[in-house]
Amino acid sequence: MSPQVLYVVGAVVALALIVEMVRRRTLREKYAVLWTAVGVVVLVVGLAPGLLTAAADLLGVEVPANLLFFVASLTLLLVSVQQSAELGRLEERTRTLAERCAELGAEVRRLQDDAPGADDRRRRGTDPGP
Amino acid sequence: MPALTPRDVPAREGGRAADVLVVVPAWNEAAALPATLAEIRAGVPDADVVVVDDGSTDGTARAARDAGATVLELPFNLGVGGAVRAGYRYALRRGYAVAVQVDADGQHDPADVPRLVAALDSADVVVGARFADRRDFETSRTRRSAMVVLAAVVSRIAGTRLTDTTSGFKAVGPRALAFYAANFPAEYLGDTVEALVIGARAGLVVTQVPVQMRPRRAGAPSQRPWRAGLYLGRAVVALVMALVRRRVPAGEVAFP
Repeated sequence: MSPQVLYVVGAVVALALIVEMVRRRTLREKYAVLWTAVGVVVLVVGLAPGLLTAAADLLGVEVPANLLFFVASLTLLLVSVQQSAELGRLEERTRTLAERCAELGAEVRRLQDDAPGADDRRRRGTDPGP
Repeated sequence: MPALTPRDVPAREGGRAADVLVVVPAWNEAAALPATLAEIRAGVPDADVVVVDDGSTDGTARAARDAGATVLELPFNLGVGGAVRAGYRYALRRGYAVAVQVDADGQHDPADVPRLVAALDSADVVVGARFADRRDFETSRTRRSAMVVLAAVVSRIAGTRLTDTTSGFKAVGPRALAFYAANFPAEYLGDTVEALVIGARAGLVVTQVPVQMRPRRAGAPSQRPWRAGLYLGRAVVALVMALVRRRVPAGEVAFP
């Protein structure tokens, strides 16, 4: 079996997975585009191995597969760095929301306490609380 | 949202009764909190108090409310940095001029708060520095040497002599309050070392006032001697991060 078959099968499986995940709305558009592009590149390399060899020759890489590994690792590295940044941004937003939520909770309680009849409700035990 | 400065946020009816807000970050401190709050009220009767319940599971919020404090209840644990920033944001929105951070466990003597606030006349950030009297404050030697090294580096950056850069006992004036409400670090040790470094680099004037440390009232200390090495490592990371990050000048801040 030629390794090209493996590439093609791998790429088709990956692309099918991406499409299905987009359909189920578990993958946002921006990530779907990225991974589809990666899948298409793998598919092209699988269908036309000459491209890889030509690119390797052009760049002076003796073993074409090494070029593939290099590009693949670099792509994955960049993607995970981007995701780390995204995660950090999300953590910061979560933190801000948590703080705001706490602030508003305190505000609601103060308004409840100031509202007319608050003492009566508390005495009767019908104060809904926070 | 545009930048908020204390000037833009007028004091509201029923919201603010004082110029000074004492911010008490509390994580599972229900046992120690009532006594600490009583002391704060005795030590600084003119100040308002807000307890930031940092996702506690032991009824800290209830204990604080029963003791008459306003409580900001965070829905999950954010760490000291998150809790303090929540307190600072509350202070800024309510128009307080000064916020003072006091630990819930009773290590900080609220009687020192007026001295910290008084020192804000000539500074933006005042640190209550321990080790003024080392006999009553127990730390391992490794940890203490780590703190000495940290203090030396941060002092250089801040352009003033600081002997205790990991103290959580701090007072901030209006300029620092606006800056930190937008830029208070959430990372481990971010609330101490990193906060001082980014503040100093932003042009805030930092100074210190010696204070006595007291033993914790309840609960386990959050730092153990054998962790000194790890602590130093993380402190260095916090320091390097603070120095590498792009400088944000105070006064050009906005927070969402």
